[in-house]
Amino acid sequence: MTNISLGRKLGHALIYAVLILTTVAILYPVMWIVSGSLNPGDSLFTTRFIPESISFVHYQYLFNETDYPLWYWNTFKIAFWNMILSTILVVTAAYAFSRFRFPGRKQGLMAMLVLQMFPSFMGMIAIYILLLQVNLLDNHWGLILVYAGGSIPFGAWLVKGYFDGIPRSLEEAAKIDGASDVKIFYKIMMPLSTPILVFIAVTNFIGPWMDFIFARLVLRSDEKKTLAVGLFEMITGRANTEFTNFAAGAVLVAVPITILFFIFQDHLVNGLKAGANKG
Amino acid sequence: MNSLRNEEWDKSIGTTSQNVKKQEQKPASPRKIYRPSAKKAAILSLLFMGLGQLYNRQILKGLSFAALELYLLVFWTVPFQWGMWGLTTLGETPQGRDGFAIVQGDHSIFLMIEGILFLISFLLLLWFYYFNVRDAYKVALKRQRGIKSNDAKEMFKNIWDNGFPYLLLTPSVLFTAFLTILPLLFGVLIAFTNYSAPNHLAPKSLVDWVGLDTFVQLFQMKTWSTTFYGVFSWTIVWAILSTVTTFFLGLAFAIILNQKGIRFKRFWRSMFILPWAIPQFISILIMRNIFNGEFGPINRYLIDLGIINQAIPWLSDPFLAKVTLIVVNMWFGFPFWMVLMSGVLTSIDKELYEAAEVDGAGGSQKFWKITMPLIMFATAPLAIMSFAGNFNNFNIIYLMTEGGPVNIDYSYAGSTDILISWIYKLTLDNSQFAVASCVSILIFMVISIFSIWNFRRTRAFKEEDMMS
Repeated sequence: MTNISLGRKLGHALIYAVLILTTVAILYPVMWIVSGSLNPGDSLFTTRFIPESISFVHYQYLFNETDYPLWYWNTFKIAFWNMILSTILVVTAAYAFSRFRFPGRKQGLMAMLVLQMFPSFMGMIAIYILLLQVNLLDNHWGLILVYAGGSIPFGAWLVKGYFDGIPRSLEEAAKIDGASDVKIFYKIMMPLSTPILVFIAVTNFIGPWMDFIFARLVLRSDEKKTLAVGLFEMITGRANTEFTNFAAGAVLVAVPITILFFIFQDHLVNGLKAGANKG
Repeated sequence: MNSLRNEEWDKSIGTTSQNVKKQEQKPASPRKIYRPSAKKAAILSLLFMGLGQLYNRQILKGLSFAALELYLLVFWTVPFQWGMWGLTTLGETPQGRDGFAIVQGDHSIFLMIEGILFLISFLLLLWFYYFNVRDAYKVALKRQRGIKSNDAKEMFKNIWDNGFPYLLLTPSVLFTAFLTILPLLFGVLIAFTNYSAPNHLAPKSLVDWVGLDTFVQLFQMKTWSTTFYGVFSWTIVWAILSTVTTFFLGLAFAIILNQKGIRFKRFWRSMFILPWAIPQFISILIMRNIFNGEFGPINRYLIDLGIINQAIPWLSDPFLAKVTLIVVNMWFGFPFWMVLMSGVLTSIDKELYEAAEVDGAGGSQKFWKITMPLIMFATAPLAIMSFAGNFNNFNIIYLMTEGGPVNIDYSYAGSTDILISWIYKLTLDNSQFAVASCVSILIFMVISIFSIWNFRRTRAFKEEDMMS
């Protein structure tokens, strides 16, 4: 390949340099937190990128001395039930809006469109008081209900758009064969719309792992906390003397979620694209 | 549409065949056919629920409607009046003291929420009342034409068939009504009260309606307006810069990875997706530590290498903190755009470029005249949404800097606070609910302008079936 010009070679060298530098910039924080969790010391200051010796004391500490396993379980529980509840709510609403024409449909669609524009903060005080009234404050179900309620407007629009794209001839054929609405839904719509259902389920499962605002608003006591709140308080509360413990905790959360992301990567990208196109 | 039509068709067949059967059993006698007046039925139902139905000889339906209204009148009139009193006055007796014991007064905020609940229920009831009148009218019309009205069993079957969409929607509607609409309504109403520390906090003292006073304060009172304009302009700058930087960085990497002759493309791509895959709150907290001014590793390396001899205040200098936020946001944000634009790039027809080459177009011309317009066309709606998302990007601001460093000119906000994190502090830390609520309404206005504009130009709006 002697005919490749010097300029082109230089160009390629430059491109590889950029790619390598970016990789370093991306990997550095990742490696740093992993190595931080293996450092023997406690604080941010004494943490070295290459630890003097590798130790698992922080992982042991998390499991033996703190509520970390409990936070993990809480978060998993909330994420799981939010996934189930949100998916059911979103799919039933979307199916009704996509396949039936009934009085109030137009207004309902418009209302959902407007509702997703409000910052969720606006309702915070009222949600707090409401949960207080029905005795669901500092209760996981209170938080699950808040998440599920919030996921409806956006999710229903998205799934409705997807349902609209599925031809109706299939259902009509099933109807002629005497299938009921419920059966048509389970046997025809569900299998055909797996991609969007996976998107809704996965985003609603990941959501509670990330959310900080509502978790902090609703959950008050230490043993009810979720991971996001617990880890945040770990490094802001006590002047960075718990940095390495935080690092260990962070690694244990990041690994499963990152794997989950890579598994469902295509669904997530396509889902987001569809969301933008449908408004 | 078709499915519904089929159902109706089936039903009409069902009813006519039944009529035929009944006519066979009893020879037709004109005296037996009952022909109520539709107008009378409607007026009767308007006077008292169920009367019209009874007049139409639908005994069970009429009785249950009437029983419902009776129940509501007897048991709920007084609570409803009390609810409306609460909503309009927000309570009249403040909390008092009797020696050492506290005498509970009216709790304005509870009164307000209860009032809204009553109002929502009342509106639902009105809708049901309207349905009741319409039902009486329609049934009477049917009977005039000699069609026998449905008996109770058929009615339930009818509800099941036609009501299936409503049945599907009921849980979502309940959730949305109580967890989204009610709180939002409450949030909007708060903006027109003086609900705030230190003098108007329930239950210690009463809250009053003040009309637009809070808005006027926000724009005209110096302590509020300085903060508002300062935070607002930074929010705009932040939203624009964070969107633009990630957008173009993503584009650059998509183009690089799409070039011929680059090796290990799969490896680079999955490497660059990593920041998107890692839970964001984790990576933000990591970044917060990396850029820590006193103990953070970046400053330590720079000092060890002798490049600087004093720690750089990455997060504690107002200007530098903003720069750091934007740089860190690039780290999080570019993978999404990269993935998206790679998809667009590979879908561009190669012949376009070949045709351009034949016409003598150079590399940059091809980029600006073919690649860019196509990319912009495909990604513009997402860019708008991303702008709206960044406008309200609470997580990165709060977890990274908590709005800091302190700004003495601002009330309850720091130098890097955006509107949404300011609201959070106003609400949760400082109990300035009225102002927080005003700001939320303003955010809603900004976001809705963008969303509506975006919505109107996307495909969804042009599809005829969308809203039909």
